[in-house]
Amino acid sequence: MNITLNGKDKSLHKAMSVTDLLTGLELTPETVVVEINTTILQPDSYQSTILAEGDQVEIIRFVGGG
Amino acid sequence: MISINEKELSYMKGLTIGDLATSQNPDADVFILNGCPVSANTLVQDGDNCAIIQKGAIPTPAEMDYLLSSRHSPGVHKIIKKSTVAILGLGGLGSAVAGAMAKIGIGKMLLSDYDVVEPSNLNRQHYFVDQIGMQKTRALKDNLLRMNPSLSLELIDKQLTEEILPHLFRNVDVLIECFDNPVMKAATFRSALTKMENVSYIGSSGMAGFGDNNIITTRMLRQGMYIVGDDTSAARPGMGLMAPRVGIAAHHQANQALRLLLGVDKGRQHK
Repeated sequence: MNITLNGKDKSLHKAMSVTDLLTGLELTPETVVVEINTTILQPDSYQSTILAEGDQVEIIRFVGGG
Repeated sequence: MISINEKELSYMKGLTIGDLATSQNPDADVFILNGCPVSANTLVQDGDNCAIIQKGAIPTPAEMDYLLSSRHSPGVHKIIKKSTVAILGLGGLGSAVAGAMAKIGIGKMLLSDYDVVEPSNLNRQHYFVDQIGMQKTRALKDNLLRMNPSLSLELIDKQLTEEILPHLFRNVDVLIECFDNPVMKAATFRSALTKMENVSYIGSSGMAGFGDNNIITTRMLRQGMYIVGDDTSAARPGMGLMAPRVGIAAHHQANQALRLLLGVDKGRQHK
């Protein structure tokens, strides 16, 4: 299955949730903002949101310090 | 006509700003012509805007306002003066952003932090040793009012949550996210995206250590929404936050706020 992640093609070898995707990318779910097909996800739906073929996924991550 | 310290005088050919000063305040020794410092023997032209100042004398609030207006140009000053920004987190970024906004004469600032000034803050944050233990909101208010006594400040002295953000900040012109904690950075960005549609936004991510100056950038993610930083330099043991680089990021944020307020860059409310 193929999705677009931050403007680049990405192949997923199995069906996965947003949580699975973030884990694979070694990102902490609480420190990112996730948008799928122009909808901003709330963090409590990361586990239940399953990625679909052709999804446009944007992940904006934040690192600490200020 | 010539305007001098907000008074209108009639123009005469050959008049210098020094001549004008003599008639208004013979002790004046700083001369500002259309926003730029000049020497006393500079000729003035019809329509010029002049300010004269006596070095060392403390100007009244009205005089300070006039000086800002002549330095920034009246049109720019008027917009800054009617603008409201919110600064979330008053650490290395927030205290510096607030200082820049105070100095340019921002109309109103909402300043939010729940913490007190600690010794470990002083390597980068704009507080003083004798303020250790004070609430940051109070300490920063004191400091900002010494920079610009005319400021209107609203202090929000509590720990914020994603849910409460829109209730507190949905009416500001620009929200400037200066949190230390990446969880709050993400939460604030998400809240701005989904629940504060008219608020322009400047977030921050990545400014620890003493890496390259020039990889700190101001990136536009949406119309009117920007993130400042290098995107990678997290604060961690061995790479702490330090005044120089945090200051670079803070002033990226402050200048981006100014650009949005002045309409140089489109804010979110622009259709």
